[in-house]
Amino acid sequence: MNGHQRRHAHHKTALSRRAFLRRSSELSFAAAVTITAGGALLNSSEAWALDVKGLQPQTMKTLILVARDIYPHDKVPDRYYAIAMKSYDEKAANDPGTKAQIETFIASLDQAAGKGGYAGVGWESQRVALLRAVSNSPTFETIRSGLIVSLYNQPEVWPIFGYEGESYSQGGYIKRGFDDIEWI
Amino acid sequence: MVAKFNQNDDSVVVIIGSGAGGGTLGNELAQKGVDVVMLEAGERQEYEDFVNDEWASFTQLAWKDPRTTSGSWRVSKNFPTLPAWIVKAVGGSTTHWAGASLRFQDHEFRTATVYGRIPGANLLDWPITLAELEPYYARAEEKMGVTRTGGRPGLPGNNNFKIMKAGADKLGYKECHTGNMAINSVERDNRNSCQQTGFCFQGCKWGAKWSTLYTEIPKGEAIGKLEVRPQSQVVRIEHDASGKVTGVVYVDKDGKEQRQRARVVAVAGNSIESPRLLLNSASSKFPDGLANSSGQVGRNYMRHMTGSVYAVFDRPVHMYRGTTMAGIVRDEGRHDPSRGFVGGYEMETLSLGLPFMAAFLDPGAWGREFTSAIDGYSNMAGMWLVGEDMPQETNRITLSDVKDQYGLPVADVHFDDHPNDIAMRNHAYQKGAALYEAVGATRTFPTPPYPSTHNLGTNRMSANPRDGVVNKWGQTHDVKNLFVSDGSQFTTGGAENPTLTIVTLAIRQAEYIADQMKAKSI
Repeated sequence: MNGHQRRHAHHKTALSRRAFLRRSSELSFAAAVTITAGGALLNSSEAWALDVKGLQPQTMKTLILVARDIYPHDKVPDRYYAIAMKSYDEKAANDPGTKAQIETFIASLDQAAGKGGYAGVGWESQRVALLRAVSNSPTFETIRSGLIVSLYNQPEVWPIFGYEGESYSQGGYIKRGFDDIEWI
Repeated sequence: MVAKFNQNDDSVVVIIGSGAGGGTLGNELAQKGVDVVMLEAGERQEYEDFVNDEWASFTQLAWKDPRTTSGSWRVSKNFPTLPAWIVKAVGGSTTHWAGASLRFQDHEFRTATVYGRIPGANLLDWPITLAELEPYYARAEEKMGVTRTGGRPGLPGNNNFKIMKAGADKLGYKECHTGNMAINSVERDNRNSCQQTGFCFQGCKWGAKWSTLYTEIPKGEAIGKLEVRPQSQVVRIEHDASGKVTGVVYVDKDGKEQRQRARVVAVAGNSIESPRLLLNSASSKFPDGLANSSGQVGRNYMRHMTGSVYAVFDRPVHMYRGTTMAGIVRDEGRHDPSRGFVGGYEMETLSLGLPFMAAFLDPGAWGREFTSAIDGYSNMAGMWLVGEDMPQETNRITLSDVKDQYGLPVADVHFDDHPNDIAMRNHAYQKGAALYEAVGATRTFPTPPYPSTHNLGTNRMSANPRDGVVNKWGQTHDVKNLFVSDGSQFTTGGAENPTLTIVTLAIRQAEYIADQMKAKSI
């Protein structure tokens, strides 16, 4: 962030919190996530940026979209899918085999998608059809199974689903609504 | 003064494993003045060290040493190297269990007689009856503080239970309550009462749930007769020329082989490692494995007919708040072949946290059909269906081609559902869904069996030595001073969670072992 952005960061966050609640219907992923001149990914409305070290920035961008399409949650902002996929970029930076595997996987999705690549395909259902065509591949299964932990085990994601996490330090739920259901 | 025994002391009883069977046996023997060395493969985590975090707790407590799987069961497809979710730590799976403590029913000890011949099922009557076990069941319930027994009050119902109860009432079920749980509903035995924390499976940080870790084991240690050695994985049981067991070889925390001599050895490593150890202890005298003249070591592996039903409602439930399993409908536990299967099943409340729900709701699934279910997480209620699965000789533990870090073959767990299991599961899914739909569920999910938390039958009891591995005392038919003390003794699985019966058998086995030692028979 530059100085201007830093001074107004709190405004951005306030706006972004509202944006968190209405993600995805406003902007397509392709439009929401841009690639900066320095090769980083940037999502202005959600106020996050991600340096890309190992993969090509467009590959990383597409990989994040693939993650969302595998486990689409409209109320989960892109940032958490980006965090979930970060480790592939880190691995790719250190291991040419991983880099080749991911780049190849994304490249073949882009080729199957045609002009504009995977990220340019407008409808989720069309992108999912492209994924289904490769869903038996080891790379797809690695990505899919990895997301079970890398997406759903982020503590920041839990409140979005209403899961309250760690409980002992707060005395359990005996005084925090363990039996508070009123509608049954 | 905590005991410490010499490795060359051949007067001790060596117990392999520290869970419901091993831990209880160890303390019961210690209280009778018998010297016990308890060898536990896992580390000693005290209950203050438990963590309220599903994956971190799994890393801390779960058995992750390699195993392989085979057969048509879905666990083999989705979790090929994780056939079971059990514990490698002092306390064994009593650290992780939910606390459900039900007695077997009378007919469940006599399934060959009562169910008749079921093609493909290796049914056999137990060599003991419910009547013989009843006094020991009572002692186990007292030891564990089981609610709704011995005058102990039941736990209060959480949100998940309230939905189960409302649905049960609508379906006309008559026996629905918050369970017979080995969880303190009041302070008892110097331990806290339940604070409805919701992480029972991750170990109870209050000590309110019974576990040998902080009950039996410290009591045996306090009397100076029990020595627990953690990080001591037994790799072989040794015997002399006459076939009498003489001691065990184990690997210590530095990776060095150690030998502990023994007068008696009791195997209590749960139903995958126990038969594996006997098979890996094969010798020229026991070419098919120690105590395996019957060929039944490893066979008849049972994991209970299990499955879950989760239901989404249009209003919040927060099912994860509070006890994981204090809720039960018992009506379907009866034997009633008019339903299309023999044996019965229990319906027990169950909750998973968000991380495990994503992993286990529908393993391998992806896309909006899956995520729309997860989106309903805070409006979800859930139950676990646990019923009697059929023993089959081909469901078995064998030695794999894969070797562990010590160069020993690991266990392969082979399982195929029996048609009776499938019929029972489908019935249970339907009833579970109907229960939730009766009180307004908008969507229900039949969830497949998890990696097995109930593992039974692989060294089963039999009257006749050709039909099983141990006799009515858990004493192996082939070797008088070798015992089995865990759930691998079970001749059949019943519909009920196994821990209470394992503890019951251990209390009774301790009496027998102590008597036999006093009489110098072993």
